[in-house]
Amino acid sequence: MSDARDGRADDARTVGGEESDGSTSGDRLVGRGIDRREDAELLTGRATYTDDISSDAAHLAFVRSSVGHGRIESIDASEAEEMGGVLGVYAWADLDASPSPGVLPIRTESLDCEVPGHPVLARERVRYEGQPVAAVVAEDRYVARDAVEAVDVEYESLPAVVDPAEATADGAPTLYETAPDNVALDAELGDAAATEEAFSAADRVVELELVNNRLIASALEPRAALARYDADTERFTVEMTSQSPHGHRGKLAETLGVSESRVRVIVPRVGGGFGHKGHHHPGEAMAAWCARELGRPVKWTATRSENYREGAHARDHRTSAELAVDDDGTVRGLRVDTRAAVGGYGLGGGASMPGWYGRLLSSQYRIPAIHCRTRAVFTNTAPVHSYRGAGRPEAIYVTERLMDAAADELGVDPVGLRRRNLIAPEEFPYETAVGASYDSGDYETALDEVLDAIGYDELRERAGEPGDDGRYRGVSVACFTESTGGGFERGVVRVRRDGSVAVYAGTHSHGQGHETTYAQLVADELGVPYDDVEVVEGDTDDTPDGTGTFGSRSTVTGGSAVVESARDVLRAARGVAADRLGVDAADVVSEAGEFRVVGRPERSVSFADAARAAETTDDGASEKGEGDGVAFEASTRYEPDGTAYAFGTHAALVAVDGETGAVEIERYVAVDDCGERVNPTIVEGQVHGGVAQGIGQARSEGAAYDDDGRLLTDSMLSYALPRATSLPDIETRATVTPSPRNPIGAKGIGEAGTIAAPPTVVNAVVDALSPFGIEHVDMPLTEENVLDAIRTAEDEV
Amino acid sequence: MYEHDITLTVNGATEELTVESRTLLVHALRDRLDYTGPNVGCESGKCGACTVHLDGDAVKSCTLLAVQADGSDVTTVEGMAEGGADSDADALHPIQRAFHEEHGLQCGYCTPGMVMTAAQVLEEEPDPSREAIRASLKGNICRCTGYHNVVNAVESAADSLRNLDPSTAGGE
Repeated sequence: MSDARDGRADDARTVGGEESDGSTSGDRLVGRGIDRREDAELLTGRATYTDDISSDAAHLAFVRSSVGHGRIESIDASEAEEMGGVLGVYAWADLDASPSPGVLPIRTESLDCEVPGHPVLARERVRYEGQPVAAVVAEDRYVARDAVEAVDVEYESLPAVVDPAEATADGAPTLYETAPDNVALDAELGDAAATEEAFSAADRVVELELVNNRLIASALEPRAALARYDADTERFTVEMTSQSPHGHRGKLAETLGVSESRVRVIVPRVGGGFGHKGHHHPGEAMAAWCARELGRPVKWTATRSENYREGAHARDHRTSAELAVDDDGTVRGLRVDTRAAVGGYGLGGGASMPGWYGRLLSSQYRIPAIHCRTRAVFTNTAPVHSYRGAGRPEAIYVTERLMDAAADELGVDPVGLRRRNLIAPEEFPYETAVGASYDSGDYETALDEVLDAIGYDELRERAGEPGDDGRYRGVSVACFTESTGGGFERGVVRVRRDGSVAVYAGTHSHGQGHETTYAQLVADELGVPYDDVEVVEGDTDDTPDGTGTFGSRSTVTGGSAVVESARDVLRAARGVAADRLGVDAADVVSEAGEFRVVGRPERSVSFADAARAAETTDDGASEKGEGDGVAFEASTRYEPDGTAYAFGTHAALVAVDGETGAVEIERYVAVDDCGERVNPTIVEGQVHGGVAQGIGQARSEGAAYDDDGRLLTDSMLSYALPRATSLPDIETRATVTPSPRNPIGAKGIGEAGTIAAPPTVVNAVVDALSPFGIEHVDMPLTEENVLDAIRTAEDEV
Repeated sequence: MYEHDITLTVNGATEELTVESRTLLVHALRDRLDYTGPNVGCESGKCGACTVHLDGDAVKSCTLLAVQADGSDVTTVEGMAEGGADSDADALHPIQRAFHEEHGLQCGYCTPGMVMTAAQVLEEEPDPSREAIRASLKGNICRCTGYHNVVNAVESAADSLRNLDPSTAGGE
């Protein structure tokens, strides 16, 4: 069952899912929006980000391709090499002559073609503007950039193609001879025959052609790395901006051609990730290679423009979509054909990422037949990879735009059409036609909540007519689901004999507040004071192997791993306490840091006393001998029992100026259900940030290339990020439907806003423009694009 | 390359250093003097993560040359709390405390700039409306918070500061 409540509520609540082992709830921390322990160092400036680390490091900078597609004819570094303070200039030939492969690994097993990975420095060919061609190391960052300017590279330009639809057309320039049609992957999902049948039988078919605009993640901190090499131990230490310390360790080892044990990755504070810092890029690999070559530390810090030119970028789909619907509003089928840009190279699993997208196409609806064809297409652009949402925003956008288009076609209210097709609470677990197994949900409650919050019925009556101010009002909703918490995580809980607790996790927090959230979880499980629990992440020598923080997975997967370990530790501690009390462990309960004999509460041993006495038993969690100070320790490799599907419904009220095309979002309401909320304040912060980025995609963001493959939006001057003045207050409410698939009952929340906001905003603007007969406008909804749509519609009348 | 001997007073401490003509103020502060609070996010004056106070005015230290600041008083975020950069959560400046209590930061990278901009805004207008706060933060980009809690934090800081300062308590 769900209950709707104000998201600000910070009342203590019992967690869902499996009962905690013998512990009863006292003043629980889980469910309280306590202030983050991370904040003080961030607010005072003493936090250390990668570029803040002072050292005697030399500085690395890249010479980058100035053409979108071409062959390198010559590289003349003689002038650069002569400059004072320059320590080395390197090109592919230097990497090729070294023991390192020098190529970023690509996962091609799911692709239809064999293509090489991204070379750290270009071989004879460049496939996107900004691709690293040569590397310069100098004593200081200014000199390094001077030297970059002094390297002369001659190119033979080749014809370029930047649009994924154009790249599949006959006669388009080819990037790889092994993929003559530029198609890296041609994947099908769902039942084509059943979908065809549903379309034949349906009363109506609604069609849309959609562009999902190319985005740039734009974490405010550019990527950076500081690499050291110890020749005695033959070991690299790389401090870097990463969402996935262990992931980067493995990838760096592969690029450098050494075993993982020869690489230590340390991740200090990270200034935002959003997917972008989960990928392996040339910078950190080249810094490490140069550190070994030169025998001294080498630091690389990207400029903003470099970050924008080398990507990874995101989204960039061209989609044909159709919905089969009966006159009574019953949805019978969905058919999607999308072409998604890969960019000039596949990075890791990036080229196969579009293949994941189809799984969410059912959104919150009972759609009996779905078929999706996805082509991942090479283009002369920066590589495309996962960015907050990673396939889910693209999918939900299709379905939620089609629902509004179908409502328009049928002449019914879009809310009513959605309501008619929602999966009902009693249908869970629900298997969709594209193979997603939804764990739990109460979609109608979330829908009702958002309608109530925004005052939908009243707004509906006003929509479509110009108001007193001459602007057209539109109101919308969009429903969504989000797959969260895949893969595995490890969590270690170590209790020292003084009763202090350290939690080690393989995830990495870069704004999400794990140090606070994980401490809340573990303090509750053990009944120890919150301040006694320390959380450690970000050093591959110190923390258990993990997958990392992306895909809305840390609380669900990493949090569950530390909770399971805490339960193991508690079991061991209870065994020790039972020994001390001279009773059976089954007769002891844990209560707020005390172990008490059932029925005789005056007989108790504190958790701290149990830790001190731990050497007398070997029960339960692995127990360390006296001397190393460790009383109890447990390690868990946790993999959820299936995906947790978060969901929600967002609504917007917009005003559109028919004279200027200016769009104002007057209200934005987000109702999100991510199951149990460990820290509701942090959860809401995630919603705010996701919505802001989703509104950014809908309103202003869009990476643009010219026909020759030159990036036109290569700085924050030209790539339009949302500012404080371009966003509304973001109103949040919550419903709580726990997931039965993990011990916390949580679902991920990190990406929800980026999924929900684009269709919410576009639906509202199209609603506002309905008096003009406009049925769709592609993102971003800039004044120019909106005005174009109005002018075009007026010309057609 | 021309070099210049300059003197900066940073958070009250006198610092003498030699810089090239082209050295940006933010790089002098970060690389030479180890004030790493001001962050570099865009190098084009758009993001505001490098904002410091120069003789009392909020400026973007990536758009100024260090030599232009010769002889000036510079305040970085490290100089905001009475106890400086080592202050714990209980000893923050009221603006920093408001960001903490309102969850007005996530990754923290833009935060030093936000705090320094907010300090000047509240100095000039102790009781700003939400719209005025948004307008005043237009030059500071945050990619994490959607600004919602940043605006809440500045509102809350304004309340605290007005209550601290008897001359403006209660507004007009």
